Amino acid sequence: MTSEYAGDPGAAIVARGLGKRYRQTWALREVTLRLPAGRICAVIGPNGSGKSTLLAMAAGLLAPTTGSLSLFGEARSTSATRRRVAYVAQDKPLFPRLTVAETLRFGRELNPGWDQAVAERVLRDVDIPTGARISTLSGGQRTCVALALALGKRADLLLLDEPMADQDPLRRSRMMGALMAEAAEHGTTVVIATHVLAELDGVSDHLWLFGAGRLRLAGDTEAIQSAHALVTGARRDGERAGDRASNPGLPPELAAHAVVEARATGRQLTVLVRPGGTELEGEWITREPSVEEILLGYLRNPTAPPLLLDGGPTDAPEVAA
Amino acid sequence: MRVIEYRIDRRAGVATYLQIVQQTKQALRLGLLQPGDRLPTAKEVVAATAINPNTVLKAYRELEREGLVEPRPGLGTFVRRSLARPESAAGSPLRAELAAWMDRAREAGLDREDVAALFASVLDERLGDAPPTPN
Repeated sequence: MTSEYAGDPGAAIVARGLGKRYRQTWALREVTLRLPAGRICAVIGPNGSGKSTLLAMAAGLLAPTTGSLSLFGEARSTSATRRRVAYVAQDKPLFPRLTVAETLRFGRELNPGWDQAVAERVLRDVDIPTGARISTLSGGQRTCVALALALGKRADLLLLDEPMADQDPLRRSRMMGALMAEAAEHGTTVVIATHVLAELDGVSDHLWLFGAGRLRLAGDTEAIQSAHALVTGARRDGERAGDRASNPGLPPELAAHAVVEARATGRQLTVLVRPGGTELEGEWITREPSVEEILLGYLRNPTAPPLLLDGGPTDAPEVAA
Repeated sequence: MRVIEYRIDRRAGVATYLQIVQQTKQALRLGLLQPGDRLPTAKEVVAATAINPNTVLKAYRELEREGLVEPRPGLGTFVRRSLARPESAAGSPLRAELAAWMDRAREAGLDREDVAALFASVLDERLGDAPPTPN
């Protein structure tokens, strides 16, 4: 299917109506998104929500069941687009019998634009000796080698599946620093899947939240943030008193706004909303929630209405699956 | 020579780019950064702090918009003017008046937080709210 987004080279990734089915199960459904080049995108979601499937499809390793996906305006995966993409899978496949130096040589032979200096610098930053055999490295060290390979490839798009999961805090911050330095220098687009949002706090400027194979939040991080408000007020008499009721009776003035989550604690009611057009009346304290608060609100409430700011047909209200 | 090092507090509740803007201005007020100094490159900042490079660029654009720094293509971003104000230096009359006011506030029984809240409230009332976060 020819996408109208083909020929959109300003976008690193464009997906339209993308879906993937394994036998009877949909891993990903009706995903429409657009990632401008040069962004650092966080792909968040519980295990099994479709993050890895999306990354593997973007890497050209899985064919979509429905819809289309294009990279840098190219609708089909060609050797030219594959050269622009580096993918670090969750299981970081490396040859255990090779040394680190041999692994880098392998990368150099496979990749025409290979940058040995970058790969070596990354490994030096995280104290991995190039003489060590892969089989002797810890999981976290292997991840660093896989990342060094990806960076050495000098790709325009890095697809990283849970790259920081097995890293200690020091190595995580050094790896992330090295990754961001590369992005700063070359304008690399980086897509990082994780279920630990804190890893990407302050790092990502674009966000995709997946749940049960569907996109629930998509867009520029600041735009998502400013679309939400966290309002706190006192619960009124007559509202059912419960200690931690997870969607307690809501006051009528909140009804005009899209409620993501409402939580009552004692006399206090805290509501995460996407404000509608009208001003909120009454004694409410409103503040902008952190990205983490927003994500937790959606994760705790799988039925919260999705907010898709990347553009495209799924912006329309979703029909039931 | 690196003249400023940014400390990013991810729990501060202040947007990361604003932290860079504020720390730069603070350094300009204190005279730690002076006209002609080069700010660290985006690459240097993100390598040290592991934040998004666009955040650094956004902070520098904001500082440029305020006329505090200027980019010189191929060379970096340089400080244009200082924010050090003789009116607020130690020994200035304004500072002495504020110090005297704070002494009276303490005598009146206000503690540190009371004073900070009162100060912030009058600050907002007289000099306007803190600049809104531009998008």
